[in-house]
Amino acid sequence: MTALRLVWIYPDLLSTYGDRGNALVLERRARLRGLPVEVVEVNSDQRVPPDGHIYLMGGGEDLPQTLAARRLNADGGVHEAVRRGAVLFAVCAGYQMLGLEFGGVDDTPVRGLGLLDMRSGRGERRAVGEIVADVDPVLNVPRLTGFENHQGVTRLGPQARPLSRTSVGVGNGDGTEGAYAGRVLGTYLHGPALVRNPGLADLLLFWAVGQLPPLPPEAEELAQRLREERLSAVTATAAD
Amino acid sequence: MDNSYRTGGQGGAGGRPRLPMRAKIATTVGGAAKTVSRLAGRDGSVIGGIVGLRLEPDLVSLLARGRHIVLVTGTNGKTTTTRLIGAALSPLGEEIASNVYGANMEAGLASALSSAPDARLAVLETDEKYIPAMVTATRPRVVVLLNLSRDQMDRAAEIWLLARRWREALAGAAGCRVVANADDPLVAWAASAAHEVTWVAAGQRWREDSWCCPHCGAHLYRKGDDWSCRECSNRRPPVSWVLAGENVIDPSGRVSPIRLALPGRANRSNAVVAMAVAESFGVGPAHALQALGQVTSVAGRYTQVRRNGCDVRLLLAKNPAGWLEALDVLEPPPTPVLLAVNAQGPDGRDTSWLWDVDYRRLRGRMVFVSGERALDLAVRLEADEVAFRLVDSLDEAISIGRAPRLEVLANYTAFQQYRAVVGRTE
Repeated sequence: MTALRLVWIYPDLLSTYGDRGNALVLERRARLRGLPVEVVEVNSDQRVPPDGHIYLMGGGEDLPQTLAARRLNADGGVHEAVRRGAVLFAVCAGYQMLGLEFGGVDDTPVRGLGLLDMRSGRGERRAVGEIVADVDPVLNVPRLTGFENHQGVTRLGPQARPLSRTSVGVGNGDGTEGAYAGRVLGTYLHGPALVRNPGLADLLLFWAVGQLPPLPPEAEELAQRLREERLSAVTATAAD
Repeated sequence: MDNSYRTGGQGGAGGRPRLPMRAKIATTVGGAAKTVSRLAGRDGSVIGGIVGLRLEPDLVSLLARGRHIVLVTGTNGKTTTTRLIGAALSPLGEEIASNVYGANMEAGLASALSSAPDARLAVLETDEKYIPAMVTATRPRVVVLLNLSRDQMDRAAEIWLLARRWREALAGAAGCRVVANADDPLVAWAASAAHEVTWVAAGQRWREDSWCCPHCGAHLYRKGDDWSCRECSNRRPPVSWVLAGENVIDPSGRVSPIRLALPGRANRSNAVVAMAVAESFGVGPAHALQALGQVTSVAGRYTQVRRNGCDVRLLLAKNPAGWLEALDVLEPPPTPVLLAVNAQGPDGRDTSWLWDVDYRRLRGRMVFVSGERALDLAVRLEADEVAFRLVDSLDEAISIGRAPRLEVLANYTAFQQYRAVVGRTE
């Protein structure tokens, strides 16, 4: 097949903490299965190409988040890509931007990309720490483990489904975490969220290219060990 | 320069105002706590300050009164630069109060000042977040802004926000000279609001946090060290000091080689900043350079120790920009490298930053991985196709490496653990 095109949206504005990890994990897991991969980094002064297969959006501070949303709405490339059936995966500030509205600088409401039926604003307290959440069974993805660092509260509308239910951590603020609709998926797990969640990475790849062969176990071993270490460390602390 | 600081100049005997009784008690009690803390085997630099601050909330401001204060801040290089500035000012022959062990919040500053009550000069490393408060409290003569980049996000402030707070604090600080890195757009934007600025072309190795204009958010035009905004008037200011490879160009245009015992580009950059500060106190480049060359190790960083027949060098790096500079400093292969990462409170409990560092240059050399979060680092290296071996200890790396030398690169608490293992050398 032609190369899998990963489009990383605005690394100049939306890359605060290890966001590159998501591109690297997807790239590695695709290549190990013999899929050629092309990673396209699109800065905020460039047009977003509408012909990618998977789009990635990272985290950002309030001001860059607002600027990025304004530019992406004016550009329209990511909207066109989603209409064509592309996969869009966003974390943290990028996740909030997918909604109809989010809280910008000083919690001023800012128009989001309108790709997920949800609204975000600022909560009372900052949520900082490990998060564990059980994914919507329909998606067939093992429980999520990651780190959240945000002050957002997100309410989903009827057109979006919660990605998961939190067992440790805050997430959307109402016991749910993240959201998805069609092939657009977002989460409060920030930065390199796919590193500890290879199952979620494979879901995105499956959405983009269809059924894939499993990876040889040795290629997964370290990631699985890390996953288990984190899950047991966090659930041990939570039980105290 | 008419405002240069001279030994025996203003101030003189009794020139420093006396401390009010309550503050005096606070510093005395703080001093006692410090002795106890030292006996207990800690550094003692913070505990004394905390006890003192409980008794007198304005202690830092009282202790700073009548002194010439230099505040040093930035994401990376604060401790080293504080030490280098102290060295560069040594030709003045004055006692200098300084928190040389990196205790850089209010308590650490109070402690440094109270333990040198007669020093009229103070060079104080200051945490990035405390700069606005400490500028108000100490009314510094010089503020040094080194760089600003992503740090441990679970405890550090967001950096655009931080730059804005620096900017506001400096705009209101009359009589304060700012020595700032013109090559870091965030730093330059913050400093440009100050009344007087000495611009230093100190370089910027890590650029991932400054692709966009801090003033208006537009993607910056960047070519070499130059940068400018295409949508507003923000641009790199003209500089008077330049780090040019292994040399420094001073404001008179003279080129001098920088000969340091400390390794790496980042330290040459810190040295040029120290020279700019020294000159504002009347110490010329030649004298400053000579003094800078005498600094060999800073709070255990860059320490070389011999252990089990192997020369081990300890390098500390706490965030992506720091790791990038540290990887530059590593001895070339075949010297093995031990990388160690923890995620305790001071390290930041979130290891996401590992994914911001490019490790590909470690391909093809012997790499050991250790620390409490070794698995996080292992997965990261695997993604960059760097071969490595997990080890449980420094000694295991030495014994498997079987090399005459070993380079150790660790983040904060991992570094402190190794320092404890090899024994503190200073």
